[in-house]
Amino acid sequence: MSMLGAATRRDTEVQSYPLIVFILVPLLALGLQSFVSLHFPRFDILDLPLLVTIYFAISRRNPMVGTVTGAVIGIAQDALTRQPLGIFGICKSIIGYLAASLGVRIDTENHGTRALLTLAFVFLHSGMYWVLVRRLLAQPYQWSWLHESIRAVINTVVAVILFALLDRVKRREY
Amino acid sequence: MESFFSRYKNALVLILVLLAQVIGVAVQVRRPLPREHAQPDAGGVRLIRYWAISLVSPPERLVHWLGTSILSVWDNYLDLIHVRQQNKNLEAELRRLRIEQGGIAEDARQGQRLQQLLAFKEKYVYQTMPAQIIGTSGTEQSRILSIDKGAKDGIVVDMPVITPDGIVGRIREVFPHTSQVLEITDPTSGAGVILSTTRIRGILRGNALGQPQVVRVMPDDRIKEGEPVVTSGGDQIFPRGLAVGVVDRVVVDPEHDPLVDVLIRPAANLSQLEEVLIITNMGDQVMPKQKLDMIQSEAAANAEQLKASEVLAERLPTRIDPDAPKTDDENSDDSADAEGEGIARPMRPPSALHPDRFTPNTTPTAESLMPGARLAPQSEGVLPTAAKPHVKAPSNDSDDTTQTADDVPKKKTPELVPDDGSRPPAAMTTRPAVSTATGAGTPRPSTAAGGTASASRPVANGEDTPTGTAVHATRPPATVTPGTTPTATRSVTNGEGSAAGVPVHAARPSAPVAAGTPAAIRSVPNNEASAASTAAHTTSPRTTTSADGGNVPAAQPKTKVIVDGPLPSGGKKIAPPAATTPGQHTTNTQSQHAPPTTPVPTTQRPVTASPTQHKGPELVPDDGSKPPPTMAPKTVKPQPQTPAPQPQGNR
Repeated sequence: MSMLGAATRRDTEVQSYPLIVFILVPLLALGLQSFVSLHFPRFDILDLPLLVTIYFAISRRNPMVGTVTGAVIGIAQDALTRQPLGIFGICKSIIGYLAASLGVRIDTENHGTRALLTLAFVFLHSGMYWVLVRRLLAQPYQWSWLHESIRAVINTVVAVILFALLDRVKRREY
Repeated sequence: MESFFSRYKNALVLILVLLAQVIGVAVQVRRPLPREHAQPDAGGVRLIRYWAISLVSPPERLVHWLGTSILSVWDNYLDLIHVRQQNKNLEAELRRLRIEQGGIAEDARQGQRLQQLLAFKEKYVYQTMPAQIIGTSGTEQSRILSIDKGAKDGIVVDMPVITPDGIVGRIREVFPHTSQVLEITDPTSGAGVILSTTRIRGILRGNALGQPQVVRVMPDDRIKEGEPVVTSGGDQIFPRGLAVGVVDRVVVDPEHDPLVDVLIRPAANLSQLEEVLIITNMGDQVMPKQKLDMIQSEAAANAEQLKASEVLAERLPTRIDPDAPKTDDENSDDSADAEGEGIARPMRPPSALHPDRFTPNTTPTAESLMPGARLAPQSEGVLPTAAKPHVKAPSNDSDDTTQTADDVPKKKTPELVPDDGSRPPAAMTTRPAVSTATGAGTPRPSTAAGGTASASRPVANGEDTPTGTAVHATRPPATVTPGTTPTATRSVTNGEGSAAGVPVHAARPSAPVAAGTPAAIRSVPNNEASAASTAAHTTSPRTTTSADGGNVPAAQPKTKVIVDGPLPSGGKKIAPPAATTPGQHTTNTQSQHAPPTTPVPTTQRPVTASPTQHKGPELVPDDGSKPPPTMAPKTVKPQPQTPAPQPQGNR
């Protein structure tokens, strides 16, 4: 359990990651999302790129970086789908911005806070996606509160574990 | 101003990023170009997508290669249990499918011919390319598959992707080494489908839960769960007739209330796809390999069918040739095959000591019967041994021969034996007989239409028979003796009381008759009193027994059936016989008008096989005028006879 804990006072001050981690983790998230869903169709209820976006946003605590990170990951995710580039990019840009903005103001190292933030962001992401698809693109998309709730809960649980693992690779500057 | 940007730089960056992406989305979702110029993505978008695919695909390929390698080693070298049995099962399945394919090959060719006649452009799968699935979109919103074949492999956009079980989707985006496949479960996909039973057409697309559905269908109670759904070919992408799935259930379309959506269970397992087939070439002809396979399958099916027919023919007792020589084990009840092949041999009953009409092999085949000809004799116990219609026109030929539709003389027929001398017993005079009527004046218009008919009527030996009716009279044996022929046949010959020249089929004696033959066939010799120039069927002169005192040459027992009535075209009126047995009746009015006691010499002249004139009721003008010559009233008196070129001097 100590592994999952966060040294709040110290980590809110200085957090950075090696560049290779900053590049490889989103790519790995995209690859896993694409490959695992091939053999486990229910795996697509997870949104690993969204979780990675949230994590890097609240860790870097820089809205600009969070926005750009979200946009890049989202566009890359769009590239794997049949929808126009930018749908996931817009959603994840906003999520990155908000997560980074909140990370400056509240303690995002606490697992409870992370869980709540993730739960809210997953709902927000689904809501923005629904608006974009239904209103902007006029494409069919069915909203189900039950399905979105289950999806948010599952992503939250996975996010808590994933964030703790990613905390192990961050570089601390004293 | 500088403080504004520094103060709101984060928000400004966000707005700029969002604005750029919204513009980018707007550019991508502009009105699509016509189909021939359409591209899924514009150049810039395509480049970005290509970069993303290029970044994601290599690790996916690597992981997929590792996984397939491990699975291949396991499947090909370790997990080989039950492979032999499975191979046998598959071979048996292949044989069965080949026979099935042969069965439908003719239908397929017929369909092609008809389509060719109608100038249909049917698309057939001509060439396919296998591909492996290396990834998916990873989201619930997009049902996209990534495959390891791209433009360098000849893949182009909109190629259909299938599996042996059913369709998968179509190529949406092509990259040099990879491609994207849009599954049929995607909400933006579309495929023309048709419900195979109800023939309801519709558009197939996926719903939000990833289940394909035929959208906006008119409510129809005939749509049942499990009904197969196939492609209709109307989308110009998928060939017609590919399996799509089966109907799962019908739900009301929430946005189009009267219409319903038919949810489909896909035939292909879309959630566990590993390999797919891309249809790279379609033509309007069946490919040569399929043609060859169809020919082979058809040949195999024909061989199987022939074999089955032979086995069936062996088991059918009606197919036993009565002329076949008897074997020693014919009466054996052993149904087991002699070779022990497990094929049951036909069960043949032992020979009857006293054959009757129920004895096997005495029932005539259905094809030898005329409609209605079988019932009366059967009910009266007379076997219609030769109820075939006569195909030759009535004639007064001196040979008194008549041909039947089938080659009767080739068959083994009962012998014609006068059983009691010159006169038949009284009981035989009212027996019904199967008669083939030809010519005019047949008392049964329903059976005499067209001048040729078959009639069952009582035939009296020595009495007047209906005019223009050829009679083949058969009767049960009057004297039953264990003997040869199980069929009882009585032939009315031209010796007694018949008056008209109509071809008559008489049974053909084929063997010397022993006394007491169970099939005692009465054959009245033609030297009896006869006034008719009947064209009778002259049987083979092998009957040696004469019923009239033995004055018939044993070598030429001409058997004739004499009927009365007007002569057919070209024929001459012949007087009825002089002797008419009391109590005999006739069914023809004309024969009743004819003086029964006026003997008319038998004159016969050759008559060609001309179409028979059906002389129906006389036509009398209703205005009282004199009828035309063609409608000359008939005289009761017999017309003078034309001397026959070769009069038969058998009287």
